[in-house]
Amino acid sequence: MLIRKPADIPYSEVTPKELYLSRRKFLAAAAGMGALALGGETLRQLLSPDLHVEAATRLQFNKDNRYSTNEKLTPQQDVTHYNNFYEFSTDKEGPAELSESFKPLPWTVSVEGHVAKPQKLDYDSLLKVAPLEERIYRLRCVEGWSMIIPWIGFPLKALVDRVQPTSKAKFVEFTSVMRPEEMPGQRRAVLEWPYTEGLRLDEAMNPLTLLTVGLYGETLPNQNGAPVRIVVPWKYGFKSAKSIVKIRFTEDMPRTAWNKATPNEYGFYSNVNPEVDHPRWSQAKERRIGEFFKRSTLMFNGYGDHVASLYSGMDLRKNF
Amino acid sequence: MDNKTRNRLLKPLVFLIALWPLIGLLLRGAMGQLGANPIERITHQTGWWTLALLMITLAVTPLRKLTGQYWLVQYRRMLGLFAFFYGCLHMLTYVWLDQFFDAQAIVKDVGKRPFITMGTLSFVLMVPLAATSTQKAIRRLGKRWQTLHKLIYASAAAGVVHFLWLVKKDISEPATFAVVLGLLLGYRVLAAALERRGAQRTAAAAD
Repeated sequence: MLIRKPADIPYSEVTPKELYLSRRKFLAAAAGMGALALGGETLRQLLSPDLHVEAATRLQFNKDNRYSTNEKLTPQQDVTHYNNFYEFSTDKEGPAELSESFKPLPWTVSVEGHVAKPQKLDYDSLLKVAPLEERIYRLRCVEGWSMIIPWIGFPLKALVDRVQPTSKAKFVEFTSVMRPEEMPGQRRAVLEWPYTEGLRLDEAMNPLTLLTVGLYGETLPNQNGAPVRIVVPWKYGFKSAKSIVKIRFTEDMPRTAWNKATPNEYGFYSNVNPEVDHPRWSQAKERRIGEFFKRSTLMFNGYGDHVASLYSGMDLRKNF
Repeated sequence: MDNKTRNRLLKPLVFLIALWPLIGLLLRGAMGQLGANPIERITHQTGWWTLALLMITLAVTPLRKLTGQYWLVQYRRMLGLFAFFYGCLHMLTYVWLDQFFDAQAIVKDVGKRPFITMGTLSFVLMVPLAATSTQKAIRRLGKRWQTLHKLIYASAAAGVVHFLWLVKKDISEPATFAVVLGLLLGYRVLAAALERRGAQRTAAAAD
């Protein structure tokens, strides 16, 4: 029996976002004009919140309840307008604004290195690797704030299985896109570009590790790592590389962007751990976006049941 | 324009401008427009304005000497007190909104986190300056007042270091503050050196 869910509405029947946003933009502009007459730029900004037109597409997906949390979702506005994406800006409000001209399509991801079947996948074939599912995950930023985000994607393991890593493959390296002309942050040497991240092969194959193409039912907005990114929910947010173009299987532990920048502050593992402080601040607590009081940070961001065994016998203070 | 008229017009205006960052925050807060992380926004804004007003206060003397507009000094106390005011708001945000009066956590933080130690130092150094800002205190302290108020240099420097140590990677903003502070203090060193030489020359000519 076919049960039709809201996500099954054909794309053609959905009111294009540009259309309904243009109405809101008009209203905002009207309010802005009035404000301008009253008191200039500051007041105008106060009255009209930034509205960005994003060409998002609805995705078809199943809902997962094995790995999803039932905590209250962080509002979509906050997920998409408060995040780190240094390729665009070091400011957390910056990426939404500065990523408007980024072109996520066409896109190709090259899967290479120690694998039997290296391949280059375009966006459409990537979406066909495995059925899409919605995973509601906690996200804990190394800076001390957290969110609950409904991601859409499929386990990275599906892709790993397809390319068949050889016995030499011990690690996986992710490389983000390098486009300084579209990504103003890359014109400054804040980090070494392109951004690289990495996982141990068993971490990459853990069922929680998600190759992610969407959030809140739609394709990824540019500022959240369009069109394809990794989400590793038990690690600090920066481990989840955005806008990836290359997945390489390696024998040696890959260098990662933040580790290269400040090796004593950002280790390769970077598992969420309330007992191991960042050298400059405590990691014991976090502020959930939308909440007033801070809450305690959970070991492995609350995913210990699924991942603690990956690190048995390891000194997590040394392997931070 | 005579001094009295100017002050009557300009003082309320400067007061209002210095208060504007707070009014802006309150307005945005009332309209729910402080972004996804309002407490972080308030912390950054009040901290930023504390530093900015410290710099503006430190700019009064060089500006006054370079332009010959000696009346500017009449605005220095107000600007300095505004720096202290935003410093208080910044501290209050940290103690109340961020740590929620958790004394144990705060003591640990101040001792353990160098950037918080620096911020606290910067604030503590401002307290005696604000406390001795009255006409009466100036008169009572006489020459010692000048010496005491040199503490503002240390407070501003600690504030800049506090900012420099807290950012994750992009140090462009605290570095800008450092350059501004360097210029403001550099001016004083240079001015003092020139003055000394001028005095020596006068002394030599008199011989």
